[in-house]
Amino acid sequence: MSTLTYIEALSKAMWEEMERDPSVFLIGEDIGVYGGAFKATKGFLQHFGEERVIDSVLSEAAIIGAAAGAAVVGMRPIVEIQFADFVSCGFNQIVTNCAKIHYRWNLPVPMVIRLPNGGYIRGGPYHSSSTEAWFHHFPGLKLVAPSTPADAKGLMKAAVRDNNPVLFLESKYLYRRIKGEVPEGEYVVPIGTADVKRTGSDIALITYGSTVHFSLEAAQVLAQEDGVEVLVLDLRTLVPLDQDAILDAVKATGKALIVHEDNVTGGIGGEIAALIADRAFPYLDAPIRRLGALDVPVPFAPPLEDFVLPNTSKIVKALRELAAF
Amino acid sequence: MARVEVVMPQMGESIAEGTIIKWHKKIGDVVKKDETLLEISTDKVDSEIPSPASGRLVEIVVQEQQTVPVRTVIAYLETEAAATVEQPAAPTPPPAQPRPTEAPASAAPPVVKPLAAPASGRFYSPLVLNIAREEGISMQELESVPGTGEGGRVSKKDILAYVAAKKAGTIAAPTPAAAPAPSVAHAAKVPAPPSVLQAGKPVEVPELRAKYPAPQHEIIQMSNVLQKMAEHMVKSVHTSPHVAAIHEVDMTRIVQHRQANAAAFEAREGFKLTYTPYIVQAVVKAIKKYPLINTSIEGDKIIKKNYINLGIAVASENGLIVPVIKNAEEKNFLGLARAVNDLAVRTRTKKLTPDDITGGTFTISNYGVFGTLIGTPIINQPQVAILGTGAIKKRVVVVDDMIAIRSMAFFTMSFDHRIVDGALGGMFLEEVVKELEEFDPSMTF
Repeated sequence: MSTLTYIEALSKAMWEEMERDPSVFLIGEDIGVYGGAFKATKGFLQHFGEERVIDSVLSEAAIIGAAAGAAVVGMRPIVEIQFADFVSCGFNQIVTNCAKIHYRWNLPVPMVIRLPNGGYIRGGPYHSSSTEAWFHHFPGLKLVAPSTPADAKGLMKAAVRDNNPVLFLESKYLYRRIKGEVPEGEYVVPIGTADVKRTGSDIALITYGSTVHFSLEAAQVLAQEDGVEVLVLDLRTLVPLDQDAILDAVKATGKALIVHEDNVTGGIGGEIAALIADRAFPYLDAPIRRLGALDVPVPFAPPLEDFVLPNTSKIVKALRELAAF
Repeated sequence: MARVEVVMPQMGESIAEGTIIKWHKKIGDVVKKDETLLEISTDKVDSEIPSPASGRLVEIVVQEQQTVPVRTVIAYLETEAAATVEQPAAPTPPPAQPRPTEAPASAAPPVVKPLAAPASGRFYSPLVLNIAREEGISMQELESVPGTGEGGRVSKKDILAYVAAKKAGTIAAPTPAAAPAPSVAHAAKVPAPPSVLQAGKPVEVPELRAKYPAPQHEIIQMSNVLQKMAEHMVKSVHTSPHVAAIHEVDMTRIVQHRQANAAAFEAREGFKLTYTPYIVQAVVKAIKKYPLINTSIEGDKIIKKNYINLGIAVASENGLIVPVIKNAEEKNFLGLARAVNDLAVRTRTKKLTPDDITGGTFTISNYGVFGTLIGTPIINQPQVAILGTGAIKKRVVVVDDMIAIRSMAFFTMSFDHRIVDGALGGMFLEEVVKELEEFDPSMTF
């Protein structure tokens, strides 16, 4: 065990996977000489050389297309998109090629696309988007969203070894804000497994990514001030969803609050709410509630950003309303 | 087989006849004592009539829409009790064999079947219904479980606590009488829609049909209540020269007091604290100061009433009903709140008697529940005035030469200018406003 930040855990996982498997390589903007916009790949170029750490042209379509081609012929590329917002420039490569090649030609596309996702960094509307819902709809892609350093490492290793294209949603807000114990060496978190971060009998709070931490704080407040025990379920993987874990959490509590940083409309929370309504209706003791960002782009001004994005006090309020129902 | 007579009940001292609106049971149906058997309408109010005994409905003498004098036999029940009495007393009577034609209610095996619909209109979540079913709790019993959730809802915790207490033997077998009165909160928050068109039955009248062809037109029978309302309104407008005075009232103190006390009040009393008792209390005090408001006119004589019977106009699904708080001058705030809630609940559950809606000396009409700001209500004869209360809204007003946000409402006093002039009407209204605006926020219940 060692104590690492979220981004150190990611770097470590990539480093170990590159040491383990020569077919793994990195491609992205400024990832080599500069070490990456967030320094996730600092020192990689010096150690692994130019052929395995490729400073690309400024074109997400070219980066993702090249990586998909390499994956089809047996390589295992890890793509870094500088800010997740920019992935829309490579959208067609992802949804038309990465997601469908396996179905059309029976060829695996083992690649990872790293997406520094979300806000809380005073980054404004072009550097704070939550992008998961854009891809959630497409069959053929996997989506993971770790919330802790250990999961960041374990899921990165699982993503690199997976034969499907995996979109790896990294919370850039958490990069250097949280530290945690990370197991050394071979530590793989299976894709598709959620994690109960806190047990409880009153409300199931289902979340992922950055809001896991706000949710745990809010659950603590409810336990101390209201005597309400909130179960916090960290999804960790968004596709495929750990449906059993979600349904078990709802059955154990009877009430569900779904929290994500992404805005509510068209967000993943709606899909989870539908799953619960469909499969756990007899267990519901309250309406299924969702909490996410307001339906606007993430603003620049700090007070406005705080107003738009979910936070601990908003979650506390939503939990209290649900507890009182 | 002994037959039990069902008669047209006398619903009030002055009631001579009643019309059957609807039989809730058909011939052959099994009915329990006190279960709703039929619905009747008198010229004052519609009521649900409970069955006088448990048994089977074997004959309906008076059909729907027919009107008969009180005490007339309208149906016959055949009681189970009578059936066992007929058999000679055996040392150990065998358990009654379910008869093939018997309704499944008593013969049904304990299979999972949906619970009956709640009579109170209380909401039960899927989980609560599921637990009730698994624990063998009937809807009737469920209705008696106290709820601590939103609006008195029975939450998962409540039903689990009830089940645990029942298993521990701390709860006796429930009786219908133990059921607390359903909270009026729902009725107060969501007033019954004025479904005048739904209240009556479609009818065919050839002479009207010639003028108003189908399907562009529907012809609907006005209910008794509706016809009486129409008559009464026309008569009132013809009788009294109506004058309306409108006053603005700052309800901020009342709003704050209600907010601060709502939760504790509801926990203790079992129903929601509304604005109505505050207004009723203010009106009672104002009437005591200006008793000429509490009068009626007979020819050239004024009849001054030394008691205050306050009518509260309520929109029910069958039309306008004005239940009356009797001797409101004798009641304190809590007494008024309980009386208002009792009338609201019984209006909604159709348990009002004609005596509940007669004898009023002054009326309050709260059209504010519909969001109406200002209205001009029609006097409820033979009274001489009526107070209309508009919706409470936050507005910017000037207080001590400063701009302030206050919870404001418009109150309208409609009065009969034969006896109440603008001075008296205005002074009375100002007194009501003063009582509300100068309300003592330290008042406890």
